[in-house]
Amino acid sequence: MGTLARCTVLAALLASLLSATCAYAIAPEQMPTPQLEARYRALIHGFRCMQCQDESLADSPVNLAADMRRQVRQMLLAGRTDRQIRDFMVSRYGYFILFKPPFVWKTAWLWLAPGVVLLVGVIAALTIIRKRAALAARDTEDSDLLDV
Amino acid sequence: MNRFVIPLVVFALLVVVFAIGIEQSPDKDLIPSPLIGKPAPEFSLPSLTDPGRRVSSAQLRGRWYLFNVWGTWCGSCRMEHAMLLRIRQAGVIPLIGLDWKDDRGDALSFLKEEGDPYQSIAVDHDGSEAIMWGVYGAPESFLVNPRGIVVYKLIGPITEEDWERQILPRLQAGQKPARGASS
Repeated sequence: MGTLARCTVLAALLASLLSATCAYAIAPEQMPTPQLEARYRALIHGFRCMQCQDESLADSPVNLAADMRRQVRQMLLAGRTDRQIRDFMVSRYGYFILFKPPFVWKTAWLWLAPGVVLLVGVIAALTIIRKRAALAARDTEDSDLLDV
Repeated sequence: MNRFVIPLVVFALLVVVFAIGIEQSPDKDLIPSPLIGKPAPEFSLPSLTDPGRRVSSAQLRGRWYLFNVWGTWCGSCRMEHAMLLRIRQAGVIPLIGLDWKDDRGDALSFLKEEGDPYQSIAVDHDGSEAIMWGVYGAPESFLVNPRGIVVYKLIGPITEEDWERQILPRLQAGQKPARGASS
């Protein structure tokens, strides 16, 4: 392994350590079992902080996010399922609180639009490629004629 | 001819899509509440002014109330205060306060100095009641009807215009006896 490669690996390790400590510095709360801890982490990363809207509850330092994390912990400790917790949050704050909105009638366009755009792009590209190919074929025929 | 038609149609479609997007883009500070049209959360919390007493949703059943989330730490709430006092004076609807994550002493001295517009004030010391109402900033106000349904939510300080155009008309429409045969 070259020096450069070793440095890269070390840098990556350091970076991952740094980011891990940062996440826990914001949400340092611990759950009693590793299973609950994993579910807790997954849940709070999926909820939007309503005050600083591009951050998750796990990453937000504001008081409201801390209160909402406590709500999630209490519900987990009370034996609620992930789904019940998600439904509770949506019933109070709306779908906006989910970073990954569900596929429902209201959000259908959100999920389908990228596919539609991709399809249009592929059709356009194929049409253009076919036309170009036809032109190129005719071109070589013409040049053949010229050569004669 | 055909060369221009397709790009033009695509362009026109994009214009329509973006126009709708801009027109309907919600103000990111005003997130519609899913509680509207649904029962307001049930609560029973200690009263700010009289800690031995409780303020509860059960006591409020059967009449309109304006549930106002505030705190002395919140600058916009202080701005809103004069309007709240005017609402109290109008005497049309009781104001129920939710003192959100506040210091009791601060809250009491603030009300003593500036006047108390509330009929009663519930204390949400740790912020868990605010989550029940989907509160994400202060002030926020919820108009609740006699059946305990949230009719309207106002985010930010109540203005004279909000009062006249949003709250009063809903109140008057709800109070007309002809419509509310069920109540």
